[in-house]
Formats: sequence, structure tokens, C-alpha cells
Amino acid sequence: MSEKTEKTEPRLSVFKTYKLYVGGKFPRSESGRVYEVTDSKNNWLANAPLSSRKDARDAVVAARKAFGGWAGATAYNRGQILYRVAEMLEGRKEQFVREVAEAEGLTKAKATAVVDATIDRWVWYAGWTDKIAQVVGGGNPVAGPFFNLSSPEPTGVVTVVAPQESSFLGLVSVLAPVIATGNTAVVIASEKAPLPALSLGEVLATSDVPGGVVNILSGRTAEIAAPLAAHQDVNAIDLAGADEVLAKELEIAAADNLKRVLRPQAVDYSATPGIDRMTAFLETKTVWHPTGSLGASGSSY
Amino acid sequence: MDNTSSLFEYAPAPESRSVVDIAPSYGLFIDGEFTEAADGKVFKTVSPSTEEVLSEIAQAGEADVDRAVKAARKAFEKWSALPGSERAKYLFRIARIIQERSRELAVLETLDNGKPIKETRDADLPLVAAHFFYYAGWADKLDHAGYGAAPRPLGVAGQVIPWNFPLLMLAWKIAPALATGNTVVLKPAETTPLSALFFADICRQAGLPKGVVNILPGYGDAGAALVAHPDVNKVAFTGSTAVGKEIARTVAGTRKKLTLELGGKGANIVFDDAPIDQAVEGIVTGIFFNQGQVCCAGSRLLVQESIQDELLDSLKRRLSTLRLGDPLDKNTDIGAINSAEQLARITALADKGEAEGAERWSPACELPSSGYWFAPTLFTGVTQAHTIARDEIFGPVLSVLSFRTPDEAVAKANNTQYGLSAGIWTEKGSRILAVANKLRAGVVWSNTFNKFDPTSPFGGYKESGFGREGGRHGLEAYLDV
Repeated sequence: MSEKTEKTEPRLSVFKTYKLYVGGKFPRSESGRVYEVTDSKNNWLANAPLSSRKDARDAVVAARKAFGGWAGATAYNRGQILYRVAEMLEGRKEQFVREVAEAEGLTKAKATAVVDATIDRWVWYAGWTDKIAQVVGGGNPVAGPFFNLSSPEPTGVVTVVAPQESSFLGLVSVLAPVIATGNTAVVIASEKAPLPALSLGEVLATSDVPGGVVNILSGRTAEIAAPLAAHQDVNAIDLAGADEVLAKELEIAAADNLKRVLRPQAVDYSATPGIDRMTAFLETKTVWHPTGSLGASGSSY
Repeated sequence: MDNTSSLFEYAPAPESRSVVDIAPSYGLFIDGEFTEAADGKVFKTVSPSTEEVLSEIAQAGEADVDRAVKAARKAFEKWSALPGSERAKYLFRIARIIQERSRELAVLETLDNGKPIKETRDADLPLVAAHFFYYAGWADKLDHAGYGAAPRPLGVAGQVIPWNFPLLMLAWKIAPALATGNTVVLKPAETTPLSALFFADICRQAGLPKGVVNILPGYGDAGAALVAHPDVNKVAFTGSTAVGKEIARTVAGTRKKLTLELGGKGANIVFDDAPIDQAVEGIVTGIFFNQGQVCCAGSRLLVQESIQDELLDSLKRRLSTLRLGDPLDKNTDIGAINSAEQLARITALADKGEAEGAERWSPACELPSSGYWFAPTLFTGVTQAHTIARDEIFGPVLSVLSFRTPDEAVAKANNTQYGLSAGIWTEKGSRILAVANKLRAGVVWSNTFNKFDPTSPFGGYKESGFGREGGRHGLEAYLDV
């Protein structure tokens, strides 16, 4: 019977077209280019978009547009949204375990541990959004009749050169702190293993993260990073995934508008992070006001 | 003018110069000794108010920078290993000696810099001592600073400071560096080297170990050599944005930690419900303190349209009472511009303001015949496109712009590449908080201006630089965190 024959034939699976994530939408690269992404044994996995300079500039426009709203959201609200990302990821864990295993050549058990740790990282940063201001800000005991208060504020649009080796845990470890504090991000995914990053875009899009807060580009790291490091409307850059030569070149370009630069450093992404990645992209604002002299000697109130 | 000129003239009240003894020549301070420059070069430092040569100073070059960095490196091992409580005691000693010698240092600073004695005596010196006291107390409490347990110093700090607050900038740089266990090579500006050399003597009096503090007077080339020196671990710079960018390029790709305190174009926003008299005082402090040679000066006055005429009348009346002249006279409000070069820059920018169509006004004001002087100046009819509304003038020149709504005020205030300071004048608390929240600036003064305190972090957003000086935040720049 024909029906029976069909059942024994292996079903032809549906491949996924990986796309960029920019401004809350999923465009292909405007250049129309793609590049082949392979697993650790050089088997073809998918064609990823090969982003152009124009894609990078579009991402900055989207990130700038989203900045006011995201920075102005309450810390409580940002925490809720970061936690929502963890919830969404939990539900799509199988997919990410497969993608991380393929990308990094890990066994299923090891990939599962990596994805678990990544989800937990979102939860960790979700809890930081409404605490960092208390930890790094505060009142200052000035010697005079003044009240003043230092509080942290986001720097603005941050370019994140994601780690090359740790395609998912590393990615989230550098992205989450940037947005937890109210910055918006333009992320350059791992060049060799961009698929978990591109899939993360789909999760973010369904996690109440406003469009433009996170923008994810795939392609040649050096090619995309150069215009972003030189971009006058980018306020900071995390060089986590840049090699020494590229990092120096980008840091020089970043000096042109005095971007805040986080240099590459050895990081154990499996360990509990400190707050350095958050404070690297915060400004401190100190607001002064005179105090009255109520209650000074001789008066009553 | 006539109705505001005072009925009685002030009698001169000059501060005595005899409290300070300036030697005819000074050397570099390296490894606890005063020494000549390797190539024997010297330069003269003059008093900006009289053009009198005060002293001849050894001029540091690359070889001297290398020698000083080596001395600092050698001293670092022992200095960083000292218990924090011992380092604290050295800093307390320094703070005390500064207090004891504060009259001498105030007169010296006024002579070398040109700023009024009223400011050096009542603002600079008390703050200098306070900074050493404040950071002295941190030296044995670093575990509690919020940067983890036992945070480590970075090593040798190369510090380059400007001429507008010579001794105060030295204190901002050296106090936290020493408290955290770093050693220091500091280059003061070429027009104001004297107070740093007197500070070297204070280090000797305090018994500070040799090589912990090294002072290298010199020009930009010495600063560049210091910043580029491979054995410097931390670079701290206060000065222009252009030089700051150059330094950022120099240290790119190295492990040197960098903090920059750069230029500004502060907006001073006056709303229609502001207390006018207080606001006028704040505007004057904001732009005419230290002849406007202040990176956080409120050089753009934004006035709500409905009170513009009233405010400008009051402001002009007030400016007519400012006294310009001998900086050593205790009645003097406005002293000399720091150098002929700076005077030329201010003059050129003010002329440009006039050429671009803004209306220029100064009170009747006689300028002394020798020295570098610029009358307090106000420009009205300024738009955002004018050069004087965009470029930092670093002089006693105020540009006045108007606005109608708070949103417009915020938009205009933020319309600059700088982000160092801002002022808000209104009786409405909710408006202060809402506007302060939206301003992209590191310091916001509400119903006051130009206030400083060692406990309070200071530093810029955007191209006004990065890192903070002062307070707990100021420690981070000198710790390996």
C-alpha cells in the first residue's frame, strides 16, 4: 500500500533559514550574502547571514531608537523581562542543546549542562537589575549644607563582540549584563558558531524584550566590528571575542568618540560572574541640592 | 553702569607675598631628590598677572620620564606591601602639613596660576587637604570598598594634570593612588609647576619613602612619553578632549588602565520659578569661578523665555560689581588668565561669537596694562549652531540661550558631545528630579553650582571622558578590579 510505503520512507526534514535579529525583526543581510556554518567535524549545518557594514549601521539605529524606552523602564520591569527570557529558553531547551552540541562539538550531556548554566545566567542577571543601583550608588556625606546622591545610569548603545569559543553561555554572559543595566546592544555572534546566537534572537523576540534592545549580527567579526568601533553613535564596546590584533585596532577606533572599552580578558564563563561586566557600561551621575537649616540650633520645626 | 558703581571704593587689601619663598630655580623630583633634567633643559614659569618670571624649572624629557618610572617601580614593591594602616598615616601626615602650610601654598598658587587669593585660600587649599584626609581613611579599609576582598594596586601610575587647579588636581590624582598602594609619576602643566614642586617638599617633610611620588615638570612631550612608557600600569589624565583621545589611542592594546577627565560645555538651566537672586549667584559662580577656566563651568546659560529679560538685567547688574585685578588682593573676584596662549584662544573664540552674530556685552572694566586679562563677557542671541554654544572656550565667557518647555531645555542641554556638568534652577522639586534624570551629565547641581567634595564622585559622560574621581568610586581607577 502506498500509505505504508510513505511511513517507512524517512521524512524529509525542514531546514531552518537563519536570519539576523535587528530592531525586533528578522531580516536577511541587506547584502544578500550568506556563509556556510559547519559543525566541529566540518559537516554543513546551515547558511548564516554574512552581515555587511550597512547591517551594522541599521542595528545601531535600532539600538539607539530603543535606548530611551529601555533605559527609562523601571529596573523591576527589566528584571521581569530578563526572567521571562529564562522562561522562554527553558521551554526550548532541546533545540539549544542540539545547537550548542553541534556548534561546540559537545556531548549531549555536556551541552545540556551548558544550556542549563546559560538559562541560570539570565535568572542571575534578572535579579541584579533592581539591586545594582544600591550596590554601586548612594548618598555621599559632603562637608557642607548639601545633599547629594550618586546613581548609576546606562552608557547607551553597546557593541558586544561575543566570545568566539563559547557560542551560547559566553554570548549570554556578555550580553545579559549589558541590557540588565538599561543599555541596548548590538551583538556580533561567534563567527564560527553563530547559530545559537541567531536562535536566541527568536527567544528574545517572544520574551517581551522590546525590539531594538538586542540586535544580533552574524558574519565576519572583523568586518562587522570595524564600523561599529568607529561609529559615532555607539557609546561602548565589549571586546570579549576579539583577538589581540583586532582588539587593539578596535580600541584605537573607539578612542575617536571616547567609547567605553572593555578589553578582552580570560574569563571562566562557568563561574558565577562578578559585577564588573555591568559596571563597565554604567556612568555615575551625582546630583547635588542645598539642604535647608531646619532644626539648626535655636529653631524648631 | 552709573547706578551700580559703588559709592565707596574698596581700599586695596593685598595678601603678603612674604609667606612664600620661591627659589630662583627648581629641579625635577625623582626618587626623593631634586635633580636636573638629563639634557639640562630648563623653562621659565611666570606670574600671569604681571608676567614676572617667578622661577626657572628643569624641563623633563624622555630620559627623565624613564628614570622616574624606574624609581616608582622600585618603590612600588615596598609601598604596596606596607599595611594599609601605615600608608594611611603617611597620607594623614601629608594632609596635616598641607593644612599647616596652606597660606603659603595659596599665595604660591595665586602667583603661579593667576587665580584670586580668595579662591586658592577658601576653595583650592581646603579641598586639597580634605582629599588627602578622605583617601587616607580608605587606605586601611579597602576590603570594605566594594571591590572584593584585598583588592590589589595596579603598580606605577602616570598622571598628567592641567594648569587650572594645579594643586587640587594633584591631590585628586595622588591621594587615591597612594591610598591604594600605587606609586606615582606626575607631570604638572608647564605654566603651573610650582605648587607640585612644593608638594614634593611636603612629601620629604612627611618622610614618604623615596620614589613613591615623583614630580616631572615639563611640556606635552614629557606627558606623551609618560603615557606611552611601557612600565606604566595606570594612566590618569585631566585636560582637553583632543589630548584625551590621543592618549586613548596610545594606550589601546596595552594592559594600562585609563581614566580621563576631559572638557565640558555645561548647561545651566534656569526655570521661570527659580529664585532669581540665588540663580544669578549660581550663574556667576558657574562661569566666572577661576576665570571660567573650569572643565565643568556652566558656560551655556539656558533661560526660560518668560524670565529672560528680568534675569539678564539682574545678571548684568551683578557682573558690574565684580572686581577684576591683582589676584593677591583679597577683594578680587576675577584674576588673570593663565597664559598668553590661553588668552589668545579665548579672544579668538569670543571674536568668532561676535562675527557669527551673537551680541557681546561686558561690564565697564579696566584691564591692567601688564599680564593676561579678559573681561567677564556675556553673549546673548546665541543659537545652538554658534561656535560659542558648541566649543569649549575655557574662559570667562557665557553664552545665553532661551527655551520654552522643560523638554526643550533638556534637548538643548544634551545637544553637545560633552557630558560633564549641568545646573538646574527651580523651586519645584519634582522638576529638579525629572530634569536631572534626563540630563546626560556626570554632575548635576540643583539650585547651586560648582560644588566639590572629596566624598563625591566627579566625572563625565560622553566625550567628557570616563572614570570617576572622588568618593568610593575614585578608588576603582587605582585598583586591579
